[in-house]
Amino acid sequence: MSFQDVKPLLKVEELSHYYGQQLGCRDINFELYPGEVLAIVGESGSGKSTLLNCLSTQINPTMGKAYYRFADGRVENLYEMSEADQRTLLRTDWGFVHQHPRDGLRMGVSAGANVGERLMALGHRHYDNLRSTAIDWLSRVEIDADRVDDAPRTFSGGMQQRLQIARNLVTNPRLVFMDEPTGGLDVSVQARLLDLIRKLVSDLGLSIIIVTHDLAVARLLSHRIMVMKGGEVIEQGLTDQVLDDPHQAYTQLLVSSILQVGT
Amino acid sequence: MTQPILRVSNLTKTFTMHLQNGLHMPVMNDVAFEVFNGECVVLAGPSGVGKSTLLKLIYGNYSADMGDIELRVGDEFINLVDADPRLILDIRRTKIGYVSQFLSAIPRVSALDLVAEVAQNWGHEEAKSLEKAQTMLARLNIPERLWHLPPATFSGGEQQRVNIARGFMGEHEMLLLDEPTASLDAINRKVVLSMIEEKKQAGAAMLGIFHDAETRNAVADREIDVTSFAVAA
Repeated sequence: MSFQDVKPLLKVEELSHYYGQQLGCRDINFELYPGEVLAIVGESGSGKSTLLNCLSTQINPTMGKAYYRFADGRVENLYEMSEADQRTLLRTDWGFVHQHPRDGLRMGVSAGANVGERLMALGHRHYDNLRSTAIDWLSRVEIDADRVDDAPRTFSGGMQQRLQIARNLVTNPRLVFMDEPTGGLDVSVQARLLDLIRKLVSDLGLSIIIVTHDLAVARLLSHRIMVMKGGEVIEQGLTDQVLDDPHQAYTQLLVSSILQVGT
Repeated sequence: MTQPILRVSNLTKTFTMHLQNGLHMPVMNDVAFEVFNGECVVLAGPSGVGKSTLLKLIYGNYSADMGDIELRVGDEFINLVDADPRLILDIRRTKIGYVSQFLSAIPRVSALDLVAEVAQNWGHEEAKSLEKAQTMLARLNIPERLWHLPPATFSGGEQQRVNIARGFMGEHEMLLLDEPTASLDAINRKVVLSMIEEKKQAGAAMLGIFHDAETRNAVADREIDVTSFAVAA
């Protein structure tokens, strides 16, 4: 099958969001295909987080549509679904990796329970299976099995972030949203996390929408990039093309502002 | 009559530097040439004339202002200018490979796995892929003690050879070579030359930049003088 026959997982049309009179994001149009990693870059206030929150149905946008294709081929406008259905989607078919692990983890319960919780929400009840699945996922994100009963508050920042990824991926989601997933981490810890994400994405064939202000993260992980400024997408395309041959003044400024490390 | 694998016509590229008051830098104009299977075509001309730019336009790192870059897939020509990003990525997986002298470092992946990964992407089984990767690394004189280490710690020359191993491990019908032999020693340069010769024999087309005149003379079936496309400064 040629890639041209593949239907989009998500199709966003004329999406805009205002906070009262204040513009969040305006007239966003794009398609995301299975297995694609899309990076949304821009500085604080560019509207990238507003867009991510609209796409993940945490905000219902002021205008516009986002059609999602379910595993069974059914296509629905996310904003016409009931809140209950939106929540189910977010807990099963989707994942959301927050910048701060405390927003995505339950810090007081064990690592194993953090991973098992989403499975239980899907109706899995068998304790031994839940535990072995949790341990399997901990090892996939490079956390020792003997930490399974420890609470994430005893983990380092990098480990917490890896745990958050495990918690999200355990239900085999088809689409994962990531909001600055490497944001608060030391550079060496960042590299390890990025490498892990890169590997999981290619092994699992996930679709990812990742918001980052770090162009190096976008270059390493994404196939396509959208550059946002003042609530609008000002440039988009193949990641290396946008970063190597930026056309808009703002994108050129962003690209010229990063330190050249290697090539 | 034989059809070319690559047909470039009327290609124009200008860089607009917004941070320099919108300075327009026309680089090339009306570029037109063809490349056929089984030949190695060398882009000639002094530094700064746009040879690398031309390779990057074909690979899709840069976007053209105007013109066509057509790749033959079967009996059809596909235009890569303004193509869907997914088409470009598909073409890079299946048709056009790019070998530069720089390794884009991926932390924590061993040299052997980096090279074997390419063979696996081309449909070889894991064991076979590892075997092919070992053969390739040995051929390029990467010491066996390094195979299981990530190349980030290697010398410049060793990294370059890992990158060449990756580039030549693929089975792309068209290879873009951006000074793959720069700063290689004589022995390894010879290895790369014989690898280029084998690709040619296998019917691949190559378009490359080689600064060293001796290497250029050894690999080039013909030369294209990029100066003729350059926009006079």
